[in-house]
Amino acid sequence: MKSIIKSVAPMLMMLLAFSLNAETKNQITCTGSTTVLPIAQATAEVFMNNHAEINISVRGGGSGVGIASLQNKTTDICNSSRPLKSKEISTAKAKGINPIPYAIANDAITIVVHNSNLLNNLSIKQIKDIYTGNIINWKELGGANVPIVVISRDVASGTYEVFNDKVLAGAKVIGSAQLLASNNAVISAVSNTPGAIGYVGLGYLNDNAKLLSVNKVTPSELTVKNNSYPLSRKLYMYTNGKAKGIVANYIGFIQSDRGQKIVVEQGFINIK
Amino acid sequence: MNKKYSEKAFQVLTYSTSLFTIIALLAIIYSLFKEGLPLFNKVPIFDFLFGCNWYPTNVEPEFGAWTLIVGSLSVTIGALLIGIPLGLGSAIFISEVAGNCLKEIVKPIIELLAGIPSVVYGLFGMSFLAPQIRNWLNLDTGLNIFSASVILGIMIVPIVASMSEDALSSVPKSLREAALALGSTKMECIFLVIIPAAKRGILGSIMLGVGRAIGETMVVLMVAGGSAQIPQGVFSSVRPLTSTIAAEMGETVIGSLHYQSLYALAILLFLITFFSNLITEFFILKRERK
Repeated sequence: MKSIIKSVAPMLMMLLAFSLNAETKNQITCTGSTTVLPIAQATAEVFMNNHAEINISVRGGGSGVGIASLQNKTTDICNSSRPLKSKEISTAKAKGINPIPYAIANDAITIVVHNSNLLNNLSIKQIKDIYTGNIINWKELGGANVPIVVISRDVASGTYEVFNDKVLAGAKVIGSAQLLASNNAVISAVSNTPGAIGYVGLGYLNDNAKLLSVNKVTPSELTVKNNSYPLSRKLYMYTNGKAKGIVANYIGFIQSDRGQKIVVEQGFINIK
Repeated sequence: MNKKYSEKAFQVLTYSTSLFTIIALLAIIYSLFKEGLPLFNKVPIFDFLFGCNWYPTNVEPEFGAWTLIVGSLSVTIGALLIGIPLGLGSAIFISEVAGNCLKEIVKPIIELLAGIPSVVYGLFGMSFLAPQIRNWLNLDTGLNIFSASVILGIMIVPIVASMSEDALSSVPKSLREAALALGSTKMECIFLVIIPAAKRGILGSIMLGVGRAIGETMVVLMVAGGSAQIPQGVFSSVRPLTSTIAAEMGETVIGSLHYQSLYALAILLFLITFFSNLITEFFILKRERK
């Protein structure tokens, strides 16, 4: 018993010392957006490894959560997968907050079908008709006589958020659509379902599924960066006023070559 | 004196451990109802239970959980149809038919199934079983009630088998001997004497299986397809309650209507398992005790 106390006590003391120490550290909080979360986490890890004195805590919870925290001054950085709406900016200004955006990555979603599918291109309207149940067979679009299996993402995902924004524009996905929980699940389901259509983040594409162009534009680094691919967007970090001190250092790190390499590793496109 | 003291301490210790689990249960119930009930100020309870449209993030959100309830029930019933015969069959084989040597091999193998993490079952179902089923039966999609039921059925086999086997083995030897002495065959003895005598344990094992099947999250999230629709048959995709909560909880704003609706789903799940346990406890088992 005594030996247990002897071995546990120093560990407890170390833990105590560690937690006390953490409070005196330079702290950055970073809140919002499931889409930006992996970028924020991966870059924060590397940044903290290089700057042992700085502690970054990253929280997810939707772009809306991040924006609310910025307005209430409970976060240093607000992650958002979309530019702030004018109403959100005016609410912030009324509270004495001046949101400044920093673009940190480019993101795009791609429309994928089974490799046996004859089609190469769909328009935004055709995709919308498929997802709302107005088109139910590939032959209506000039493909084979195969019923369409609609695959979507669960409504809480950032990927769904873009799709909802850029394609559905508020319309409801048909009830028989399969809602899968990850990009990988969608690729896997599309690759072994001949009638399937799905959408995944650009970083998750592989040879198991066929990539379609949208409005005759094929998604690539170039078409995403020059905004000609319709299903692309920028990801942002917002700060109150111009970023200063360690917050500026951290955002600068994400925008640097080293940070952008991490962005690419996480399946996004760099902003260079 | 000292002995009396330690005896007392032991009593207090066991008492407080059992108290702790009860407190945990009450805390869970409290948090579910505290977060979930406010939903019904905005959404009528009838619309929530029997509405067929689940669009929680739409501009005009709809919270109709009926399709999700049907989804949960359909995969659970499917799992039981597959899991109970397999589990009971193995239990009878291990306890009554197999020789000692075979028993020592088969029993651990079945129990090994219980140790496999559910996400592994899910992966197996999603990337192996579902495509195979789609190919064999020439379906539109392999992610459906049938695939999910098969996987869930396999998952509850070890629960049903090991508990039923315990129940069968603990039937007194004198009962078997009496049955055999009266001239019954082995099969008659098993079905007319041993199984009725072990009914309570077998039912208990099935109820545990129900709990496991209806509460399982990962497998249905990966294999059931996730369509919020009333299924047209066993090869339709469904979206059970559990996978809805797991998939959507990540990005809800705490305290929002969507957040509350997920807690309301959890209340539903809790009530379903609670009442199914209560019903077995009070009606079936009580009648047997008389």
